[in-house]
Amino acid sequence: MNVTVKYFAVCHEILDRSEEEMQLPEGSTVKTILERLEEEWPEIAEFYEVMQMSVNWEYATEHTALAEGDEVALIPPVTGGRDV
Amino acid sequence: MFKITTEVITGAEVREAVAAPDAGAVVLFLGTVRNNTDGRPVTCLEYEAYPPMAEKKMAEIAEEIAQKWGIHRIAMIHRTGKLDIGQVSVAVAVASPHRKDGFAACEYAMNRLKQIVPIWKREVWADGEAEWVKPDAVFFDTPTQRT
Repeated sequence: MNVTVKYFAVCHEILDRSEEEMQLPEGSTVKTILERLEEEWPEIAEFYEVMQMSVNWEYATEHTALAEGDEVALIPPVTGGRDV
Repeated sequence: MFKITTEVITGAEVREAVAAPDAGAVVLFLGTVRNNTDGRPVTCLEYEAYPPMAEKKMAEIAEEIAQKWGIHRIAMIHRTGKLDIGQVSVAVAVASPHRKDGFAACEYAMNRLKQIVPIWKREVWADGEAEWVKPDAVFFDTPTQRT
């Protein structure tokens, strides 16, 4: 299956791209993407502690199953609660 | 109105969006770009958003407010791109029959916006450095943490 993966803020900066198409085996979950990214960027594992993922504009977990055409995003911590 | 925009925000857009004859109060919140963070001079801020998801999450916050206070007139708009000191980054307007609920709902909307709406802020310091704003405790309280 093919999915689109989007990267924002610090993820965009580190991976040096804002989105890409990924071809994944049937039965893949969000975790499949995270593992693939970890091969390219081992330090991303540290970010996983504070980062969230979304699938089709809804927050997801690493166990969320993926389907053809899904839009996945890595959501780094949002702007925080003490400013403005 | 739940919107991510690159245009200047004045506040009038959200205020007009919630106007209603049965409202006795309109609470308007404007978030503006501050010239320092904990005393360190800031030159400008850069905001990035995931627009379709951000607008969806804003609508969900409005739904939460409808459930909690029975208030149905809420508008939120957030700007992205480079913003200078004093410019408006976010505006929230809530129209309600009475002011007490309006104030509470408006504060709730801002708190939730900072928890669940995918918008990121990059601080550009006067000394030329820049960095994405890091998480704080509020972030860890969000319900959809990776499991």
